[in-house]
Amino acid sequence: MSTVRKYLGLIVTIGVLLMLVAWPAITGKDITRETTFTILLSVALASSLNILLGYTGYVSFGHVVFFGLGGYVGFYLMSAQGMSLWISMLAGGVSAGVLAFLLGKAILRLRGGYFALATIGINEAMRAFINNFEPFGGPTGMTLNFSVYRDYGGAGQALWLSYYVLAALTFIVLIVSYLVRTSKFGLGLLAIREDEDAAEVMGVNAPNVKTWAYVLSAIIPGMLGVLFFFKNGSIEPAPAFRLHFSIEMIVMVMLGGQGTVLGPILGAYGYQSLRGFLLTSPIFKDIQLAVAGVLLLVIVLFVPAGVVGWLRQRVPVLRRALQ
Amino acid sequence: MILQVEGVGKRFGGLQALSDVTFDLPEGQILGLIGPNGAGKTTLFNCISGVYEPTDGRVTFRGEDVTGSKPYLMARRGMARTHQIVRPLNELSVRENVIVGACFGRENHRLPAAGDIADEVLEFVRLADRSDQLAGSLNVGQKKRLEMARALAARPYLLLLDEVLAGLNPSEIVMMVEIVKRIRTERNVTIIMIEHVMHAVMNVSDRLLVLDYGRQIAEGTPEEVANNEKVIEAYLGDPKLAERLMTG
Amino acid sequence: MQISFDLIIASLIDGLLLGFVYGIAAMGLTLIWGVMNVINLAHGPIIALGMFSLYFIFDLFGLNPYVALLLVAILGLLLGVLIYFVAVHRVIDAPHLSTLLATFSINMIIIGLGTAAFSASPRNVDFSLGSLSLGPVTLLGTRLVAAVLAVAVTGGLYLFLYRTRPGRYIRAVANNRDAAELMGVPSAQILALSFGLGTMLAAIAGGLIATFFPFTILAGGVYELKSFVIGVLGGLGNPVGALLGGLILGMLEGIIPAFMPTTWVPVLEFLLFVLILLVRPQGLFGARK
Ligand SMILES: Nc1ncnc2c1ncn2[C@@H]1O[C@H](COP(=O)(O)OP(=O)(O)OP(=O)(O)O)[C@@H](O)[C@H]1O
Ligand SMILES: [Mg+2]
Repeated sequence: MSTVRKYLGLIVTIGVLLMLVAWPAITGKDITRETTFTILLSVALASSLNILLGYTGYVSFGHVVFFGLGGYVGFYLMSAQGMSLWISMLAGGVSAGVLAFLLGKAILRLRGGYFALATIGINEAMRAFINNFEPFGGPTGMTLNFSVYRDYGGAGQALWLSYYVLAALTFIVLIVSYLVRTSKFGLGLLAIREDEDAAEVMGVNAPNVKTWAYVLSAIIPGMLGVLFFFKNGSIEPAPAFRLHFSIEMIVMVMLGGQGTVLGPILGAYGYQSLRGFLLTSPIFKDIQLAVAGVLLLVIVLFVPAGVVGWLRQRVPVLRRALQ
Repeated sequence: MILQVEGVGKRFGGLQALSDVTFDLPEGQILGLIGPNGAGKTTLFNCISGVYEPTDGRVTFRGEDVTGSKPYLMARRGMARTHQIVRPLNELSVRENVIVGACFGRENHRLPAAGDIADEVLEFVRLADRSDQLAGSLNVGQKKRLEMARALAARPYLLLLDEVLAGLNPSEIVMMVEIVKRIRTERNVTIIMIEHVMHAVMNVSDRLLVLDYGRQIAEGTPEEVANNEKVIEAYLGDPKLAERLMTG
Repeated sequence: MQISFDLIIASLIDGLLLGFVYGIAAMGLTLIWGVMNVINLAHGPIIALGMFSLYFIFDLFGLNPYVALLLVAILGLLLGVLIYFVAVHRVIDAPHLSTLLATFSINMIIIGLGTAAFSASPRNVDFSLGSLSLGPVTLLGTRLVAAVLAVAVTGGLYLFLYRTRPGRYIRAVANNRDAAELMGVPSAQILALSFGLGTMLAAIAGGLIATFFPFTILAGGVYELKSFVIGVLGGLGNPVGALLGGLILGMLEGIIPAFMPTTWVPVLEFLLFVLILLVRPQGLFGARK
């Protein structure tokens, strides 16, 4: 009984996700797969960000920089060096991780708003730099030769492949997120989130622990960047380092409930469904951004703990189960 | 000597908050640190525990020069402290707060072992019935005991207590004084204790150190200090305190 | 590549004049930060609204743009007060993330409605003051006036902050809100006023920019980012620092293209930004706190 209770959160989470993943496979429809691809991508990105934002309490506004940089490095390897998707993804993840490590040593000293600003600055600097970086195609970016997809069974197959790889990565993120949340390392992060100075006095090596949280939260977005642009076929600075995308990730984490494993999943799902609905609704189509803005405001003002946080506060039984 | 403080000073811009503080602390003692408000007591704790780097002087802990060390390293070396203004990890449960202390303290435990220590320590400070509550929801007295529990869970050699009695009602004070005494006898922990509640600190301490305007104006047994002219003078600005000191 | 000295001077002066306007925009951002520690992520769209307001007042009523600017300022002030009470007040003491997201939601609302209402095609205010030639340097009249107005606005802001009662209240709240409240300062109103002043400055900057550049509803984003850079350069919370920071940025933008392609300008700007955050978070000129 108590073990079931203990793992209930994880079981529910994985169950929800499995259903999500299986749905397009069952229907076999491309359109469902595309929708789910967007949702899973959001789930994985939001959950990664949650390790830093939700567990550690550091607001990274420019998290998309890891998605973009990883994407660029991987894409370059695939298009210019003829490397496989797998090696490229690995390289994308590693480069994002290394960037996070170096950045972490520098900017994680900044607190609150200053850290948020610095992450924006880093993303903009990177975007502007890539814009000028000729090996990566400068402002026009790079495209993938169509023949590359042949190695993966043709373009159609490559889309399905991307989908399953994404699903696998999403599971990995969730497991990492869960392991972190329930580990000693994660406890250190939560302590930092609650009161960094007090945490240090209790022995948490905050500079180190924060840096590793940052690295962890960057690796998977770096790999996802490679996958996303592989599927996309081309890469350009603007979509790779879109600040707005970063902020959308934060919104998803907030919506579902920061600092919980389940929150970012629900948040990403909710956000993308809502967006899909607004974009196709004849009434809201033109003002979808404004409607999303109003919703965000309502959440920030009235449900700051997000869906999962709200449930945990209201229903004490769920406090243990929903993590 | 578990702790040696030599000529420690701390300056904040134009304010010399602490100057030339020197004392030795033998293992097993309870040292009371007293002085009027703003005398620099908390600043001295901060300089010892690595929160501030002292501007002058040297701090030696268990034979090792630890001047300007980081607070998390001091915790690892076996120094734990409580905060005058309590700093609970609000969104974590009481038990989790204490587990943090056990996990990252001197013995560097893993989660399960830390959990056992947390339960034991919470029992010791009589907070066991609040284990699963969020730390933010405790009242002040309970938060003070939580601070104490977190510090104890680290299994420190030296414990720095910053006004653990402030803001407590008389029965809570009795309970806390009892806890402090038991820490020494049962756990063999050396303690430095900042306190304004004179009768308590006089009663518990083996020795007293008195700070005034950042200077060390007296040191000795409670009786010696209570009869020291400089001390009485320092407290004359605050007659109530002086009176309590005399009658304490 | 031979670049003539005259060209550098011309481009430098151009950048400098623009820098005054950047300074005003950044002043709005930094004022809000200084008083309430809020990074206003709706800053860019408000700048854009300033552009559009000026455009419509000029276009529909045929008012002189600089008279229109006065109306734009008032609208900016009112909008800011409204935003404060709707979106910021409730979370003013919450963690940073809340105010960041609250102001960002206003950003989304303005951009969303603005795109629907004004479409994405660029507009421009069809107005010219001719130009002034000083030897090799040709100065656009509108930019010259904009720079002069920017200085006037800064002076006005200082008079307001140091010579009037609400201004003193603002400084008191910025210094220590709790203490100010204890002394009877109505902090909610003062915070709203400060926010309004911040958005007013943003709107003015937008209005001025509209007199010499074409724009869309998204055009404010660039200036928002520049305001971040300038705000940090001058020290967040320091209005005069913002003006100086604006001038520095303007000059950099004028002079860098003489040595490397223009596209490198943002790279250097943002690297400078991060660098200053790291080594001198109080800004080049030192903040008050
Ligand atoms: N971080 C700091 N920056 C500037 N001044 C400080 C800082 N910390 C303490 N001070 C100043 O140093 C002096 C000593 O303060 P401290 O907190 O050590 O006093 P204390 O003896 O603990 O007083 P109390 O009994 O009120 O707790 C005070 O004047 C205080 O204002
Ligand atoms: Mg003190």
